[in-house]
Amino acid sequence: MAAPTGIKSPTRARIAARTLRTDRWWLYPTFTALVLVAFVAYATYRAFSGQHYFAEPYLTPFYSPCVTTECVDGSRHLGTWVGDWWPFSPAVLILVIPLSLRLTCYYYRKAYYRSFWMSPPACSVAEPHRRYTGETRFPLILQNVHRYALYIALAYNVLLTYDAVMAFKSPEGEWGHMGLGTLILVVNAALLGLYSLSCHSCRHIIGGRLRNFSKHPVRYRLWGGVSVLNGRHAQLAWASLVWVAFTDFYIWMVASGTWSDPRFF
Amino acid sequence: MGYDLKMKVWRGDATGGDLVDYTVPVEEGEVVLDALHRIQATQSGDLAVRWNCKAGKCGSCSTEINGKPRLACMTRLSTFEEGETVTVTPLRTFPVVRDLVTDVSYNYKVAETVPAFAPEPRPADGQYRMQQVDVERGQEFRKCIECFLCQNVCHVIRDHEENKQSFSGPRFFLRYAELEMHPLDTNDRRALAREQAGIGMCNITKCCTEVCPEGIHITDNAIIPMKERVVDRSFDPVTWLGRKIFRRDQLEEAQVPQTGAE
Ligand code: SF4
Ligand code: SF4
Ligand code: FES
Ligand code: FES
Repeated sequence: MAAPTGIKSPTRARIAARTLRTDRWWLYPTFTALVLVAFVAYATYRAFSGQHYFAEPYLTPFYSPCVTTECVDGSRHLGTWVGDWWPFSPAVLILVIPLSLRLTCYYYRKAYYRSFWMSPPACSVAEPHRRYTGETRFPLILQNVHRYALYIALAYNVLLTYDAVMAFKSPEGEWGHMGLGTLILVVNAALLGLYSLSCHSCRHIIGGRLRNFSKHPVRYRLWGGVSVLNGRHAQLAWASLVWVAFTDFYIWMVASGTWSDPRFF
Repeated sequence: MGYDLKMKVWRGDATGGDLVDYTVPVEEGEVVLDALHRIQATQSGDLAVRWNCKAGKCGSCSTEINGKPRLACMTRLSTFEEGETVTVTPLRTFPVVRDLVTDVSYNYKVAETVPAFAPEPRPADGQYRMQQVDVERGQEFRKCIECFLCQNVCHVIRDHEENKQSFSGPRFFLRYAELEMHPLDTNDRRALAREQAGIGMCNITKCCTEVCPEGIHITDNAIIPMKERVVDRSFDPVTWLGRKIFRRDQLEEAQVPQTGAE
């Protein structure tokens, strides 16, 4: 057996317990794991189901943009890019964008390293792994390309905003109408947009990378704004995740005729 | 109103030790360090505990209280339930000397490897000038009292002794960040942050931030910005190309300082 390491190293105070914490430190990792598993299960089911994703004028964010020949009439806001050869539902093509952003997001990294990888499960609770190299090797070294996921996601945010604007049409295609779904889509676009803007890489690119703020007053002010959002990044990550699932669920229910969308005007 | 506090205090040295039970009379408004001092004064005169200021400013009294890294002098007894046993152990990341005292020299060795401030030459009138907005950012990092609680809680070294060779720890990422953001500094420490300080080992799980008694946003304001700078330097093809084409960022690559001793 290899020599003991970590808190069992020979020079350290000999204490048998893996942690002496008396509070409920397992709450955060457990809750995080439950919410993430629930979300992934829901999103996977919805993405592969390939139906009930469009209820004129609402297109669920899981299927936006809908660009394969399989997309139902009216849902192809951006035209058709992908032919019959695409074997899966159109959502699978699109969901890799938010997925790659969230997988490499600094906040979600914390969340899943703690809750799934238990590295560490909580502060001053020993992790179960013998060796640890962090993000220095493949595949985790790829986390360093997070900013590219952000660039693509920002373009995707523009599309979601476009979808929210389209939701101001009536089901017959006339402008200037609104229903409960419109409101839900607007909030969805706003939350996802704020989530992207509050990103740590965004904060760096906007101005964080500068050594002298005084030489770049505009970027300094933008950095200040992004920094305020950045302080809320974790909350925005959760809020936007829950809301995007709710938005999809709402449109699913409307599209399947389970309930109808209350129209305001 | 005074009451009797039940405590468990780790007593021992590198050869072994155990949690020892104590019952200590304490007063309302006291902190854990007061209780330890009362044990020292009335029950175990040889209890080793390090402290200095009793005001949360010297960073000497770092211990683990009910498993959480904390300053003994800033942990009020009122944070515990009546009747709750308060367990105090030495820091579990550094070699134990005796009782609650650990040998934190790892941190001083790391400190020697951070390339020092390298200001640009003074202008003709001999006066450096800095704008408030430029110095402000590093001010947060200078609140550090070197209690090393962040170093202690960091799982990279807490759970993996061998990583102490290749990892500097959160307190020193603060230092790297502070220098990298300093308006007058001329060094480029990004390659060193990656290769020598091992910033890639940090998986931003934020325990350092959780325990910092000065409330420094270590992860958000120092580590992640440093990681992003390392990406600029080593992983982003666009910033790499930009550097080549526009000859931007042509700062001196910092060298590891030569330390005389050892
Ligand atoms: S955020 Fe990084 S440096 Fe801080 S405790 Fe976690 S792994 Fe260590
Ligand atoms: S950064 Fe905070 S926790 Fe770390 S040594 Fe400084 S004061 Fe202590
Ligand atoms: S999206 Fe979370 S840090 Fe970039
Ligand atoms: S005794 Fe100085 S910080 Fe506690």
